[in-house]
Amino acid sequence: MTPQASLPMVPHMGDPHDQTWISDHGSPRGARLAGMRAAIGTPALVLGASYLGFGAFVHQAGFDLWQGLGSTTLGWALPGQIALVEIFAVGGSLIAAAIAVGLANARLLPMVLTLMPILRHDDPERKPRLAHYLSAHFIALTGWANAMQRCPDMVPSQRLPYFLGFTTVIWLSTVIATAIGFHLVSVLPAPVTLGLVFLNPLYFMLLFVADLARRERGVALVIGAVLGPLLHLVSPDWGLLATGLIGGTLAYLIVEQGRR
Amino acid sequence: MLSAWYFVLVGALVTYAWRWAGVVLSGRIDPNSRAMRWVTAVAYALLAGLIARLIVAPQGALAETGLWVRLVAAGIAVAVYFLCRRSIPLGVAAGASWLIAVSALMPSAP
Repeated sequence: MTPQASLPMVPHMGDPHDQTWISDHGSPRGARLAGMRAAIGTPALVLGASYLGFGAFVHQAGFDLWQGLGSTTLGWALPGQIALVEIFAVGGSLIAAAIAVGLANARLLPMVLTLMPILRHDDPERKPRLAHYLSAHFIALTGWANAMQRCPDMVPSQRLPYFLGFTTVIWLSTVIATAIGFHLVSVLPAPVTLGLVFLNPLYFMLLFVADLARRERGVALVIGAVLGPLLHLVSPDWGLLATGLIGGTLAYLIVEQGRR
Repeated sequence: MLSAWYFVLVGALVTYAWRWAGVVLSGRIDPNSRAMRWVTAVAYALLAGLIARLIVAPQGALAETGLWVRLVAAGIAVAVYFLCRRSIPLGVAAGASWLIAVSALMPSAP
């Protein structure tokens, strides 16, 4: 199931107004349904599997079911959630938890910043509205990567409905999986749990393989993948942010150089 | 000990704060500007770094699996992905199956 593979590669340059959109779902409603269909299957299953692991993890850490569900519904973004539960489990302070979650989730800022203008492409208002503030809650890696691949080609009025259709499905699947994982904690054999937890990085990795072909993304992806583990050795706390800033700047300079 | 609810709420607030800041700033930056191209590069580098770290230096129980086991799993996932006409589900399933098989057969893989 690789719908993006069937789309022809179209460069997104020049004036967006004299472009015909190659992806048209007929109506915003049709786009929402298309988003939901795209999410049912691999995205919902892989994220669900990852959150089975999270549900089991919060149980071991001493959260009750509702606290685990609270984290998945309100603080949705797995690396930050794991950091939060780890700190709670070792008896860390609230401040330490806030800093750890802040560092783990800082990536959400550039992600929202890049996706939001694509989602509200034909919006005459510059100021974001309540709907945009609410939609931002659903921006996390899977939905973001999918929307960054699919939405630039889509009729502008259909983009936000498509994105929300996609993300509400995977968000719901993570909520349900958190509850199931919480109860499965003692049932699953350890190797299976490991495999479930490892589904997530494998899935994210393959999601981005499709982006390697676009030069302005591919360069940043390759540099980031090399710098990430290296800078993690230098500083487990700040390594990721440094990877983004140093790797991103380097990639930006390389791509800009190539434009001339 | 503080109730875990405080942690849940602080985590939610901090997480949403980044998203909120992204929405606010997105209304002020021209999507076609050089600044936005830089932000996009930062986002992709950050995410690639995060994924590489999840594979090379994971936290929790995964840390006890051998690095080579995880790297081979990633290699298998990429190979199967391309061999099966860019199938993400088959790639992911193949990589995870390898990891499960190795951890089941060699509980203390180096």
